[in-house]
Amino acid sequence: MAKSKTLEVGALPYDEFDKSINKYNGDPTAIIAILQDIQDHLQYVPKDSISYLAEKLNVSPAKIYGIVTFYAQFRLEPLGKYIIMLCEGTACHVNGAKLIGNAISDELGVKGGETTEDGLFSLEKVACIGCCSLSPVMVINEETYAKLTPDSTRKIVKEYQKREAAAQN
Amino acid sequence: MHEQGKTVIKVGYSTCGIAAGGSKVLETLTKEISKDNLQVVLQKTGCIGMCYVEPIVDVITPAGELFSYGMVTEEGALRIIEEHIKQGKPPEDMLINKEREEVVGQQVRISLRNCGIIDPESLSDYRESGGYKAFEKAILAMTPEQVIDEVLRSGLRGRGGAGFPTGMKWRFTRQYQNDQKYIVCNADEGDPGAFMDRSIIEGDPHAVVEGMMLAAYAIGASEGYVYVRAEYPLAIVRLEKAIHDAKEAGLMGENILGSGFNFKLKIKKGAGAFVCGEETALIASLEGERGMPRLKPPFPAEAGLWKKPTCINNVETLSNVPWILFNGAEKYAAYGTEKSKGTKVFALAGKMKRGGLIEVPMGISLKEIIFGVGGGIRDDKKFKGVQLGGPSGGCIPESLLDTPVDYDSVARTGAIMGSGGMIVMDETTCMVDMARFFSNFVQNESCGKCVHCRLGTKRMLEILNRITEGKAEHEELELLEEIAYNVKEGALCGLGQTAPNPVLTTLKYFRDEYLAHIEDRRCPAKACVELLTYTIDPEVCNGCRRCAKRCPTEAITGEKKEPHVIDQEKCIKCGNCFDSCRFEAVLVE
Ligand SMILES: Cc1cc2nc3c(=O)[nH]c(=O)nc-3n(C[C@H](O)[C@H](O)[C@H](O)COP(=O)(O)O)c2cc1C
Ligand code: SF4
Ligand code: SF4
Ligand code: FES
Ligand code: FES
Repeated sequence: MAKSKTLEVGALPYDEFDKSINKYNGDPTAIIAILQDIQDHLQYVPKDSISYLAEKLNVSPAKIYGIVTFYAQFRLEPLGKYIIMLCEGTACHVNGAKLIGNAISDELGVKGGETTEDGLFSLEKVACIGCCSLSPVMVINEETYAKLTPDSTRKIVKEYQKREAAAQN
Repeated sequence: MHEQGKTVIKVGYSTCGIAAGGSKVLETLTKEISKDNLQVVLQKTGCIGMCYVEPIVDVITPAGELFSYGMVTEEGALRIIEEHIKQGKPPEDMLINKEREEVVGQQVRISLRNCGIIDPESLSDYRESGGYKAFEKAILAMTPEQVIDEVLRSGLRGRGGAGFPTGMKWRFTRQYQNDQKYIVCNADEGDPGAFMDRSIIEGDPHAVVEGMMLAAYAIGASEGYVYVRAEYPLAIVRLEKAIHDAKEAGLMGENILGSGFNFKLKIKKGAGAFVCGEETALIASLEGERGMPRLKPPFPAEAGLWKKPTCINNVETLSNVPWILFNGAEKYAAYGTEKSKGTKVFALAGKMKRGGLIEVPMGISLKEIIFGVGGGIRDDKKFKGVQLGGPSGGCIPESLLDTPVDYDSVARTGAIMGSGGMIVMDETTCMVDMARFFSNFVQNESCGKCVHCRLGTKRMLEILNRITEGKAEHEELELLEEIAYNVKEGALCGLGQTAPNPVLTTLKYFRDEYLAHIEDRRCPAKACVELLTYTIDPEVCNGCRRCAKRCPTEAITGEKKEPHVIDQEKCIKCGNCFDSCRFEAVLVE
């Protein structure tokens, strides 16, 4: 798996973790919500945060790890700057999501679950984001792109690349 | 809010409306209105259900006349302001009034009564439409038993899939005495291709909140949870606002309206696991555990969340409740069939002309939905099948299109009513590929607790993969069927028990397609990539090079103005050449 290089993570924001733990009064059954807070903040759940939470909430790290791996939402690796969420729900599948996925993979050289070498793009495949009647659909960060064709998809991805290249110069 | 004498402009602002470009339209309208200080009221609204023409902008005159505009772009928004608002000449070419009448006119909107009409973020809009009146009446003038009785008589059955009578579920939960009980709203909406619950919450969040409070009062609960998919951020925001506003208005909290009834409501976000839509798994997830189903009995009504009596209802189920109590059980029961009363919301998607959200009386036929309200198949292709009930459901063929949609009739076909996802497929959809798609989904989502489900779905997927790749032999078809029945019988929860349905129904109704893949190594729908070959007809190709330029692997060679050829070794079967040729010289077999 291609790993992100640009996203160096320094010391973890333990104060943020504490804030979230306090929000739920240190309740260990709120673990899913606490993990969600962490992921909202960092875009992933660092391994070290698990042992920290385990100690604070007085549960075993294995238990938290079990939860992180059970729920598809949680990621243990940092992601790229742009997260491409490609819908592979039924409606999108019927309307050619596979071809859209191929086009993205071809443009970026990554498969689902991978991040580009430059740390810019992560491709995530998800099941239905609720815009089925505009399928096939993808979301890049907060922006939704609907009624995609392989061509329009390539164009959109290239737009982002261009924007990034321009920002670098 | 309707200010007297002012024109109101409403922008469809649900996930789909925003995805289609609604936010830019809203921005443009906001800018134009403030620039010229126009005397109009601009608001957001939810989903009217015509997702295929979003973004939708409605202009309502002070006299109440509606002008509905579809597929509005930024330029379109400017035209609405310029031509309609300023000059009083509605741009006719953008109007969708007639189509709206056709689509919405054929429906009976109870659950969706406010969606696409009121501002979902406005409590006063909801109250103006009669909101919270049923709740007030219930807690001030009705006993919990009377509330239950009303819902029982309405014949309302759970819209989350299983169709259990809602009043009965409430009665069971009521009869367990406990100092603490819970009402839980299941908004996990796991079927990947369904968006009823999302649209209801986004378009009318107070209806769900009011429904939950009525349920809570009926069963004797003072606390509730809404378990929402994390993939629905806008729904979560609107629910949070609705809860906040209801509290501020004194409709939620301690001793509500002096009735002695207390209620508080919290939102819990799901974390991406289909099985958590199953009620016992959902409870495990609410308790902060891995979302694995638990053995029933005990049923949640007896020992649910934290082992307390718990009633779990679906979003759509709950959104019907205030209407029923407001209008009376008889009025609701007047719609539908003997055993399936009322209306049902369906999310139409796939190869539909008019994809979107509709609500129709139970008992109307699939044909009326697909070819009437839904407008038939896109690009005038031929209808092949419709998938009801998502990964737990089945594919229904053309010969059964007269099937009425009610719980029992749909179940007789081998599909299930499910939560209301309806995916329409045409001649270009491969049924074996569909079965493979759903098997892949359930195999990924199996929680792994039981062997049959964990391994059985995996074996099924492997066989289906081999079939779609043209590598399978005849015996494997029988094996597939055998495993399917084993999984059905051996699984603990609904996920495993229903997981083989897509395979079994496609085997039943579309067996010839399986056979074509196995015996002829051919995909009749031309959808299974591994079985396709792209070639160029030298008689037709004039060497324009269009396809060669589009081929990602440089598999197409030839001199300019001479027929081109495809190198089968290099071809990755992306189909670009087929799409790009203007002379139909590219052939696919
Ligand atoms: C695998 C599986 C997934 C389910 N997913 C959902 C869902 O997403 N939403 C839902 O309301 N019910 C879902 N259900 C049904 C629930 O278990 C439960 O029956 C329902 O929420 C009860 O509400 P109702 O009586 O109002 O329909 C699912 C069931 C199974 C077995
Ligand atoms: S049937 Fe499947 S999803 Fe359900 S409990 Fe068993 S393994 Fe888990
Ligand atoms: S199908 Fe795609 S890869 Fe194959 S020849 Fe055509 S354009 Fe090239
Ligand atoms: S299937 Fe893709 S948005 Fe629903
Ligand atoms: S008009 Fe939007 S879910 Fe539809």
